Amino acid sequence: MAEPNLVMVGVNHRTTPVEIRERLAFNRGTIEASLEKLVAYPEIVENLILSTCNRVEIYARVTNCDTGIDLLKRFVSEYHNLPLSELNKFFYCYRDERAVEHLFRVSSSLDSMVLGEAQILGQVKDAYSTARALRSTGMVLNQLFEKAFSVAKRVREETGIAERGVSISSAAVELARKIFEDLENHSVMLVGTGEMAELAAKHLISYGVKTVYVASRTYERAVKLATDLNGCALGFEQFKEELHRADIVITSTAAPTFIIKKEMVERAIHQRKNKPIFFIDIAVPRDIEPEVNDLENVYLYDIDDLESVVNANIKEREKEAESAMGIITSEVVKFNNWVVALDAVPTIVEMRNRAENIRRREMDKTFKKMQHLSPEDQSAIDRMTSTIINKILHKPTVNLKKQTQSQEGHVYLKAIRHLFHLDD
Amino acid sequence: MGKLVFNTAIIGYLGASVGYFIYLVYRRPVVSTLAAAAVGLALFAHTVLIGLRSMETGHGPYTTPFEVALFLAWLIVVVFFVTEWKYHIKDLGSFVIPLVFVILLFSGFLSQEVILVEKTESQYWLTLHRTLSALGYAAFSIAFAAAIMYLIQEHQVKSKKLGIMYFRMPSLEVLDDLNYKVITIGFPLFTLGFLTGAIWNVKMQQGLMSWDVLKTWPLVLVWAIYALVFFGRLFAGLRGKKAAQGAVLGFVAVISTYFLHV
Repeated sequence: MAEPNLVMVGVNHRTTPVEIRERLAFNRGTIEASLEKLVAYPEIVENLILSTCNRVEIYARVTNCDTGIDLLKRFVSEYHNLPLSELNKFFYCYRDERAVEHLFRVSSSLDSMVLGEAQILGQVKDAYSTARALRSTGMVLNQLFEKAFSVAKRVREETGIAERGVSISSAAVELARKIFEDLENHSVMLVGTGEMAELAAKHLISYGVKTVYVASRTYERAVKLATDLNGCALGFEQFKEELHRADIVITSTAAPTFIIKKEMVERAIHQRKNKPIFFIDIAVPRDIEPEVNDLENVYLYDIDDLESVVNANIKEREKEAESAMGIITSEVVKFNNWVVALDAVPTIVEMRNRAENIRRREMDKTFKKMQHLSPEDQSAIDRMTSTIINKILHKPTVNLKKQTQSQEGHVYLKAIRHLFHLDD
Repeated sequence: MGKLVFNTAIIGYLGASVGYFIYLVYRRPVVSTLAAAAVGLALFAHTVLIGLRSMETGHGPYTTPFEVALFLAWLIVVVFFVTEWKYHIKDLGSFVIPLVFVILLFSGFLSQEVILVEKTESQYWLTLHRTLSALGYAAFSIAFAAAIMYLIQEHQVKSKKLGIMYFRMPSLEVLDDLNYKVITIGFPLFTLGFLTGAIWNVKMQQGLMSWDVLKTWPLVLVWAIYALVFFGRLFAGLRGKKAAQGAVLGFVAVISTYFLHV
């Protein structure tokens, strides 16, 4: 296999509006049918379809890149009944190294709408296992996707791409976990039942918070949200007396003035024997007097603070994405070397050349010593040694060609190159 | 032989300090493993060194300032390993091991002259006093490291400037808890060390009145600072930033006292 002829054709959230993307999406059932249809084309050796809400991409090994790309585009257009002339402006196509690089970027979440989000890797893994189960992928795509998963793991471990929360509620949870280690034994109090407060509370609960209090000016709303969150409803005036029970307080009322004042918090913190309280004020106008943050063991973040944390985190992720690109570039080179090594022909030629050189050298030496040999004798010896070489190398050559079409082909090639010392 | 072992320990701790620092900033798991291995190697050399020294002097490492520094540094590493094992705060190494390195480096400049001691009853009190105090000091060193980390982390969360250390360092709760636990263990040991020291003094000099004021008062001050942190937490809910500041202040007092003793 001289050329891997890898191609990918796709659309994503950057190139294509959602109205088109949703029409191009494949679901599990249509993916299986499509994979089978595609692999039936003689031009397509292996293929895989990745379809998420942000992208539809087809990866394939084809007999020829240009015709392969055209075929995939036509397939998508015909399958979804959208004219190719209209779709052409949305498609992006990559071949060989560029296709490899693109997949590595996608699975490492560098191409995601939210940089570093974890979901995409799972989606790529699903797409791969679906295709693998149908045997629509083979040696090259299997190796490519396995590699993509290990690259994604490296990126996640060696860069901070996924380290920082990039939404208000994840930044708030992160802060809570830097103040309190384990959220399980901690409680949260919601003052006001705003949507964002609810979201943040749910996020905290998913990290183990068990005790939830909800206070609202309308008691019914407090009861309703408390039931949803498996918590306990408080009357609006009651929360002030119960403030000391909460480790995390999230406020989101529509009150025009501060409802939590410094003295109130001072009292609560005293009652708690200085155990820290983390206030998250997502109300506009603010619910909590900013001076509360001056108290020891009290941490107050308002919506602007959280937003600037999120913005700083996004910038950090972008910086981390640059170092992730370094990892990807070096992994693309490695993968390319693997692909190049798949090609058995140069190795066979080198192996034969090496044997032929030895034969010639030894023959010259012998002929010099045995001057009495007639030209006929010499050519008989020449033919005989040549046949020996051919017979010895025949089976290894045939087997090598056969094995390089299999999953472990590169191992055979490596072994041959090593045994015959071809890389010195 | 002694010199070689000493250098191995010093280089081991230096390498580990650098390794832990790189880990703190760049988060390469392999670096932290290497750093832990370097500390292990250094601790081994350090133990051999103390063994050699004890064979040479015929008694434990408590007599000269050199021996005390050697022993204290050794105990800090042991306590560090126990803490590491219990708490898994890898970054503690970035704060503790440099301290060990500095103490050991400093000990290299001290006189290594051997002082022979008779095995008298008062000598036993002295040994007990120095072992207990050194254990207390080792615990205080860990409390100091945890307190520094707490103050850095607290400052970031409070000022809302979340730098790289914010992501790297453990939560305030864990650091405060570590500070609390090591002081809770260290303070009684130090107190016992203090009392056995007083007994030894009485035995040696037949009376409390002959105490060297310059040497004793700083120790009383050290004791008072840790007593405040210890009982303050127990009875007055002293925690967090104040407890951390107390642990830092106490450790500064410990260091000053050591220099007054030398």
